[in-house]
Amino acid sequence: MILHDWVLSPNCYKVRLMAALSGQDLTLRAVNLYPEREHLSDEYLALNPAGTLPILEDGDLVLGESAAILAWLGEGWLGQGKAEAARVQAWLSFAERLNATAGRARNIDMLGVPGSLSEAQKGGRACLRELELALSDRRMEGGTFLVGDGPTIADIACFPHVMLAPDGGLTLAPYPSIRLWTRAVRALPGFVEMPGIHRLHELSPEPEMETELR
Amino acid sequence: MKDQWYPVAMLSELGRDPVETILMDAPVRVWRDADGTACAATPEGRKLPVTEAYHHLWTSPGAPDRPLFDIPEARQPDRRFVPCGRVRVACSPLRAVENFLDIAHFPFVHTDILGAEPHTEVARYKAEVREDDDEVWATKVEFYQPQAAKSASGGVTTQYMYRVPAPTSSVLYKTSPPRPGEWDVIAIFVQPVTETRCDVWPWMALFDETTPQADLVAFQQMIFVQDRSILENQVPALLPLDPGLETPTRADMTSIAYRRWLKSHGYTYGAQLVAA
Repeated sequence: MILHDWVLSPNCYKVRLMAALSGQDLTLRAVNLYPEREHLSDEYLALNPAGTLPILEDGDLVLGESAAILAWLGEGWLGQGKAEAARVQAWLSFAERLNATAGRARNIDMLGVPGSLSEAQKGGRACLRELELALSDRRMEGGTFLVGDGPTIADIACFPHVMLAPDGGLTLAPYPSIRLWTRAVRALPGFVEMPGIHRLHELSPEPEMETELR
Repeated sequence: MKDQWYPVAMLSELGRDPVETILMDAPVRVWRDADGTACAATPEGRKLPVTEAYHHLWTSPGAPDRPLFDIPEARQPDRRFVPCGRVRVACSPLRAVENFLDIAHFPFVHTDILGAEPHTEVARYKAEVREDDDEVWATKVEFYQPQAAKSASGGVTTQYMYRVPAPTSSVLYKTSPPRPGEWDVIAIFVQPVTETRCDVWPWMALFDETTPQADLVAFQQMIFVQDRSILENQVPALLPLDPGLETPTRADMTSIAYRRWLKSHGYTYGAQLVAA
């Protein structure tokens, strides 16, 4: 499987993360999205007329939407039964809203993309509040992840935009349930990081604790 | 600092329509004329001096009394040149340069790439202000790196040299993995937007005949964005030039030399002089 990839893109990272968590190998092809805008070249537009990344090629199958790629890679991560599968779809749409708000704020603030930073941040803040409410309700029911008993592609789709929100000037400090959820995702076996999303250093034992445990 | 050269755009992005950017709190418009001349001017129409160098357009809000610093390696034809675009960071332009000069953070911020625990010790090196060139230099720097460059396979001890030829630009030289006798060159050109905001334009001149350009750009963007969240959380936001607020260690000798050099020249845009 070939992933046409940009290291700073949250939507590309979703695919790398899903593949790592499910033990699937990807061949990464770096695309010079910024500053060269290589994803808008004729070659790439032929592959994906939407002019976006990521693009996954698996034999004859070419997918240019991160949600579709997650569905392709995420067997066993799609929710159990009809109701959960439908809820997962709702979160995939929510991830698009996160991308259009918090993700946009990051592009404006970090890469100098034109646009209103305060408008993008306002939209991002509304999404984060909505997510905080949903996750705190889930915690009251005893759940850790967005849908069902375990992680699904819903978590993978939303996680990058949330973790990178501070890159766009949005703090996660007011959202305790979101912070616990991001810890749960980062603690999944096989987790990989990207610039701006660190591994869970804080869960490794401190040196003196290690001695005591021995 | 008004009379220094600063990067304000990548030459490849320069078009006929003027684009506005901010340099030291003031708007600047940049474009390329019909006859191909690169231009910079204030919104009121005052023309600013320009220099085209290292794939970037440089200008100054003042009147520079000497040309932009030289990077001789930029004239070596067998190098690969890699401009990496802009990363905007909410930090003092001087803090961005100081972070670039620091090695000690590699294992913690660029984990498993430019450093890894337990290889955290920064061995003694030499830092000095070279009076003849009026530049800060650090030499004989060595550090263990799991993946020193895109072209590296496996861990190596990498040699470094650092050079600060202008208050908001720095050039580093590091062992080239494909050509161990030569130095790869990596620079950051920092555009001071305000005293607590800057646009960083990384640029590289490498010996690497095999790695695709997109991978080289992505590698440097990955490294730089790993630094960004750290830089934005440094306190105080302005770089302290007087001792008392921050306690340096032996690993910070380059930073100490840089801060002293800034202070001796009165380069204080983005700095604070008395410990708060």
